[in-house]
Amino acid sequence: MTPRAAPSGYEIVIGLEIHVQLRTQSKMFCACPTTFGAPPNTQTCPVCLGLPGSLPVLNARAVELGLRTAAALECQIHTRSRFHRKNYYYPDLPKNYQITQYEYKVHPPLATQGGLDLPGEQGEARRVHIRRVHLEEDTARLVHAETGVAPGHSLIDFNRAVVPLMEVVTEPDLRSPSGARLFLGRLRALLQAIEVSTGRMEEGSLRCDANISLRSPGGALGVRTEVKNMNSLRSVERALAYEAARQQAILERGDPVGQETRHWDERRAVTFASRTKEEAQDYRYFPEPDLVPLVVSEGAAAEIRASLPELPEARRRRYVDAYGLPAHDAALMTSSQAMAAFFEETVRRHPHPRTVSNWLVGDVAGHLNSEGRELEDVPVTPAHLAELLDLVDEGTVSGRTAKEILPEMLHSGRMPREIVASGGLGQISDPGELTAVIEAVLAAHPGPAAEVRGGKSAALTFIMGQIMKHTRGRANPEVVGRLLREHLTP
Amino acid sequence: MGAALDRVTRLEPALHAFLHLTADEARQEARGWDGRYARKGSALPPLAGLPVALKDNLCTRGLPTTAGSRILEGWIPPYDATVVERLRAAGAIILGKTNLDEFAMGSSTENSAFGPTRNPWDPTRVPGGSSGGSAAAVAAGFVPLALGSDTGGSIRQPAGFCGVVGFKPTYGRVSRYGLIAFASSLDQIGPITRTVADAALLFGVLAGRDALDSTTADAPMPDLSAVLNGGVRGLRIGLPREAFGEGLRDEVRGAVTAAAETLRDLGATLVDIALPAIAYALPTYYLIATSEASTNLARYDGVQYGLRVPAAGLYEMYTQTRAQGFGAEVKRRIMLGTYALSAGYYEGFFLKAQRVRTRIRQEFEAAFASADLVLMPTSPTVAFPFGEKTADPLQMYLADVYTIPVNLAGLPGVSIPCGLAGGLPVGLQLIGRALDDETVLRAAHAYERATEWHTYRPRGTGEPGTGNVGTGGAQR
Repeated sequence: MTPRAAPSGYEIVIGLEIHVQLRTQSKMFCACPTTFGAPPNTQTCPVCLGLPGSLPVLNARAVELGLRTAAALECQIHTRSRFHRKNYYYPDLPKNYQITQYEYKVHPPLATQGGLDLPGEQGEARRVHIRRVHLEEDTARLVHAETGVAPGHSLIDFNRAVVPLMEVVTEPDLRSPSGARLFLGRLRALLQAIEVSTGRMEEGSLRCDANISLRSPGGALGVRTEVKNMNSLRSVERALAYEAARQQAILERGDPVGQETRHWDERRAVTFASRTKEEAQDYRYFPEPDLVPLVVSEGAAAEIRASLPELPEARRRRYVDAYGLPAHDAALMTSSQAMAAFFEETVRRHPHPRTVSNWLVGDVAGHLNSEGRELEDVPVTPAHLAELLDLVDEGTVSGRTAKEILPEMLHSGRMPREIVASGGLGQISDPGELTAVIEAVLAAHPGPAAEVRGGKSAALTFIMGQIMKHTRGRANPEVVGRLLREHLTP
Repeated sequence: MGAALDRVTRLEPALHAFLHLTADEARQEARGWDGRYARKGSALPPLAGLPVALKDNLCTRGLPTTAGSRILEGWIPPYDATVVERLRAAGAIILGKTNLDEFAMGSSTENSAFGPTRNPWDPTRVPGGSSGGSAAAVAAGFVPLALGSDTGGSIRQPAGFCGVVGFKPTYGRVSRYGLIAFASSLDQIGPITRTVADAALLFGVLAGRDALDSTTADAPMPDLSAVLNGGVRGLRIGLPREAFGEGLRDEVRGAVTAAAETLRDLGATLVDIALPAIAYALPTYYLIATSEASTNLARYDGVQYGLRVPAAGLYEMYTQTRAQGFGAEVKRRIMLGTYALSAGYYEGFFLKAQRVRTRIRQEFEAAFASADLVLMPTSPTVAFPFGEKTADPLQMYLADVYTIPVNLAGLPGVSIPCGLAGGLPVGLQLIGRALDDETVLRAAHAYERATEWHTYRPRGTGEPGTGNVGTGGAQR
């Protein structure tokens, strides 16, 4: 990802704020479960409803996941941090303040000053700096009902209130919409690798807001807009490309860019300004008196660092160095935890890494992309792919036939050997089976049969064609030739 | 129980100590205990069958809890506060919910949205506040035990005004879970009783680590019944000269000084100490407490529970609900706290107040190098007449000038009766080191054993000494 200027000569400057739902059993400050998709208001208690008299109690697991992230992003972990109240009124906020970690001199957030290396185009790393990692609680979900039990009313589902969130904020180090997408993808893979988040953007467990501005290369930062509501990696890239072009058009007209929050409309493929009037909000942050300071000992931080698994970037380098994968393939094989795990297990069963990655990057990714599905959505395991590649190596099927087996395998989850056997995509070499076909063809075409016996080779081609037609091309030509000679020898 | 309920029937209409009475349920529950009493030999929990009154800012499952505010009128909590759970487990019977200044903001119970409570000693005077209902209920003999909450003196000051014992434990000793918050870093629940022994008994039931309140202390609790009779011999008691100066009424000074001499006669040593920063305690408190209150009370918005005033839009609904739901003093404090936390004022007000708070705590720590306890009046005056201070908030705030520093420092403090002035009770305040609640109670108990002040009852409330319960406080 080389810094890139927009066509006009403007440079794009992007910083991201990523909200990550932590993979905990219970909420940030109470024991309610965090299961996604439960019926509304079935996962609540006095604490997450913000009832009078209730008090928050910090979820130790959420802290641990925050620390794992901080360690994986090579951040400075603060041994003493505090939670703050961010005060504003809104119906999705039951206490009318959010408990979060504000960046304040004497009370730092959980971690600051980290970075994540991205694979560059030639495989070289480029570092995106991380400003901070902090913990906070989610809000409730508002549903504006057009119809149903309360048409014209706003309904509140408190299941999501107080669900543990982690916010990761980057420095404005990104220089292109595609770079922003790449970063987010690599961060997602990292969060999956350390088992902090499912990374499912469509479920809202990973949410990304972006600050974007244009400037003359090397010049002072321009006025930025904040883009929200980007619900997939693809929409992050599309929304930012749109927003960069929009700002560029404004600047080229000689107009100033307005500092505002804009929402991405996926269907219309535009960003639009929020209706709410932008006024400088005073959130009146102050230390949350209901929680004691969060103390993380040096020992605990060291323990967390030592317990981290292999991270995607290290894994990517290993795939290049040990497996000899091309840089592009290695990046793709480590683009998600599911992909990396799938790749490694397949290689364990079928020890030809480049073949495996070729298939995953090529045909497998192609099929999944065309159907908009992820590897974890299809009923296929590494055992399936390894067996398919074994069948090709054994010569049981041709490479071309293997490509035909693949979609059936992805859809049904049946093992390739079984597909070959029952659906009959393998070659037929059994003399008994082929003899029956040959006898039927010769009986149906007595004329050409006689001509062959008379030595006419044109007739032999016709007979062979009929046999292939009957077996849908799966007859082993060598065996058929031998059998025909036996049958037709006068 | 019968005698207590008779007194309630007779006197409550004039006193208005309760916002919600559960006399029928209490009578029924008491019968259940009577049966168990009859069976000899079975072990009874420590408060078996004893009636207790709860300040109405403590959440009670199934019982209305208003915090003295219109904005919570009719709200019924779906859960019990931790202290309520512990009381129930100890066999106590809840007789009702007592009156208080709205959201515990006040020193006279005049800020209750449901009308004031009268002082059983003189119905033309306030019972103190904000736990005025609990203090009056104990003084009137309605209950031997009551709970209050103390943010700047709200247990000790009304206990002093009503001639009963009020104990504010060390911050963190008693769980705040289920206490409707006023100022989270200052609020502490504690007992209001007739005797120190009863206060110790009740404190023993309430205290201890609670997984639902992360600010509770994870410190071992002493066996209070074992240490209570230890006396004061050898204890050094510090008298801060700043607490005996301007603003202190002579009759109060006289009673408190005499009490100090009694403690000396019992074997304690009196020492002179300095706490100069307590001169700044009042403004410090009114910045910190109101800052916390301004956000603690943000949840009363008409969305989920309590009062909702219908209006055209969301923000109109918010403002109408809060304009009609909150009383004048609550609004004053929300505005003050909002201001203190606002951009541009935070450093000068909130942060500066935090620094002074630290200073006050350090001065107490220094004082505790040369003294084991600090002795002060509970209040500069005795109970004042209704309306005397309502027009001037600052005069009202001064009623807590001796109790507020103790909350800012997070220390344990008790108020016990130490005299009568013009027929009205005077409170003696003893303050201890953080987590050294037992020394405070031990010295208070020794003083009580040596004096008769705790046996005096307001006229018309029944036989003296009848409310004595528990582990053997003095009988007159």
